[in-house]
Amino acid sequence: MDWPTTIATTVAALLTLAVFSFLYKDNPFYKFAEHLMVGVSAGYWVIILWYTVVIPKMWQPLEAGKWYYIIPIILGILMWARLNRKWQWVSRYPLAFYIGVSTGVAIPLEMKAKVIEQLNGSVDLVTTMYATQASGMTVVNNILILIGIIAALIYFFFSKAHTGATGSIAKFGIGVLMVGFGASFGFTVMARISLLIERLQFLLFEWLKWG
Amino acid sequence: MRKRTRPAILHSTTLVLLIALSMGWLGLGADVRAQSTTEIPESSAVAPAIAVAPPTEVRVQDAPNDHGHALTVRWKLSTDDGQGQNNILAYRILRTPKLVGPLPMDSAKSGTDLQVFSSPETIYEEAVWRLIPDQWDTLGQVPLGTSKYENRGGKQRDAKDFLPDATPFQYKVIATTAAGGMGISEASAPAQSSGQIVHTSKLQFIGIPVVIFTALVLGFISAAKRGRELYIRPLAGIGAVDEAIGRATEMNRPILYVLGLGAPDDIATIASYTILSRVAKKVAEHRTELLVPCYDAVVMSIAQETVRQAYLDAGRPDEYKEDMVYYVTQEQFAYVAAVNGTMLRRQTATNFYLGVFYAESLILAETGSLAGSIQISGTDRVTQIPFFIVACDYTLIGEELYAASAYLGREPKLLGTLKAQDWAKGMFIAFMIFGLVGAALQWNWVVSLFRMSF
Repeated sequence: MDWPTTIATTVAALLTLAVFSFLYKDNPFYKFAEHLMVGVSAGYWVIILWYTVVIPKMWQPLEAGKWYYIIPIILGILMWARLNRKWQWVSRYPLAFYIGVSTGVAIPLEMKAKVIEQLNGSVDLVTTMYATQASGMTVVNNILILIGIIAALIYFFFSKAHTGATGSIAKFGIGVLMVGFGASFGFTVMARISLLIERLQFLLFEWLKWG
Repeated sequence: MRKRTRPAILHSTTLVLLIALSMGWLGLGADVRAQSTTEIPESSAVAPAIAVAPPTEVRVQDAPNDHGHALTVRWKLSTDDGQGQNNILAYRILRTPKLVGPLPMDSAKSGTDLQVFSSPETIYEEAVWRLIPDQWDTLGQVPLGTSKYENRGGKQRDAKDFLPDATPFQYKVIATTAAGGMGISEASAPAQSSGQIVHTSKLQFIGIPVVIFTALVLGFISAAKRGRELYIRPLAGIGAVDEAIGRATEMNRPILYVLGLGAPDDIATIASYTILSRVAKKVAEHRTELLVPCYDAVVMSIAQETVRQAYLDAGRPDEYKEDMVYYVTQEQFAYVAAVNGTMLRRQTATNFYLGVFYAESLILAETGSLAGSIQISGTDRVTQIPFFIVACDYTLIGEELYAASAYLGREPKLLGTLKAQDWAKGMFIAFMIFGLVGAALQWNWVVSLFRMSF
């Protein structure tokens, strides 16, 4: 390995160990790694935003004679009014505009992804059973899924106390959710362990050259 | 070099063809035309090997209800299609001007004999296109009996099938036979594509639920304003907010509020602002310290406004400090490292994690748990909820986060909306059960209701 690569690998390994030291307790090595990471990443993002926003979305459109781009640019500049105590209130206008527009855009998308697609998917469970002439465990499985969906939806009813029949269905619903969360938890923990293994492999084989 | 040789090749090809056609090599002319995408099939100049009746009344119009970049071509079938000589095999569709590209940016600057297509957008895009008048692109063909062709092109300028908006195109339709016969239509009138703001065919599916939901929202808001008690079941996580703030006050340690990694317009982040407002107001009343490290600069600005207003509402505007809400960085794990450090160094008594979270959820919650903080979390990211459940004292699952903002605020607008949402949810469940029963009984008309395209 050449010297520059050796130095880079050693710095990466030492920073990895500095971050791992947090498992013991907060210490100066962790503090150094933390501050370095925060500082470098903040600087990195300034450059990224300069080349992905300021140049292509502000400068170039104006250069191309698209003068209507001046409206969002002015709204952006108004955000800087926050720095002046007297003019701080001006920055509320671009914020209100941004939140209003983006919420309006987000809601139909959420509606499609979380309501319409769910409805389609639920009905598909039944139509697929017919189409594939499913039998036995597939039918039982699909019926369980459908009951689970309805019970889980009833858990998210906020207008009625969870007592009596509603309470029983909601209890079953949260049980279904917990089964799903448990599976998701186990799956992700395995993924995290693989990340740890990758870091250990880096320390042992790339840095220390074991094996 | 290539730019100079291409026109030369085109000119020589045209010359050869003209000589051939003038000598009466009609069959050859037809074959060459069928293979080429650059020559103009002039019905008046070339008679096909076997004459067939051409399609007539070729009309082109912008395809409706789309983002543009599409034109619909319609024509009247050849009289030999299914009747007359009954020998039509297919219809071939041609378009002029010919589109050449995408070409590199410097092509736009060099002088050529081709017309440069330059809408303002192309100036800073990576590719330019040329429109060559009087040359025809063969787009494809459709089988006999078909009188419509959808010319749907790409939207991106670097796509090979890019079709520019606001650019007039003309079309011709050629009726072809198995024996090589052709009937060429007259060129259509020019037409150009454009995008539409409203998708009219979706209105019928979206309009009715929107009207019902709006009526419910307005009705419940009005009821709440009149003072009608709207019941919302207690949420454990929200009940613990006051207790958690009280604990921090007693211990004289700060409260940490994390808005997550979401964008300012994420629904979970918006719900989190409302909860932050309530928490900040309580914190101001108790004179406890509040820390709000932010991942996004715009989220930070909104959070600062929210906290400032909460301190004002609590009657303690002088207690508000700008650095309560501060920016860290927009790099996921650097942000996590900083927040973890804050938790251990400042020994926060209470941690709130409410908003959008990704892989950092367990790292944050686990550190808070080790630090002995009481932790209240909530997110609508299904994959992160399990981590909060195992590592936090209280977790708001999915929609509970949205409900919490209404529950805490007790504002008529929020309460009314939440109530309307519950009713809408009930209607969706009923609609779903109806669909399931319909599908089980194989009522296709019911199933087709669920196949709407959005």
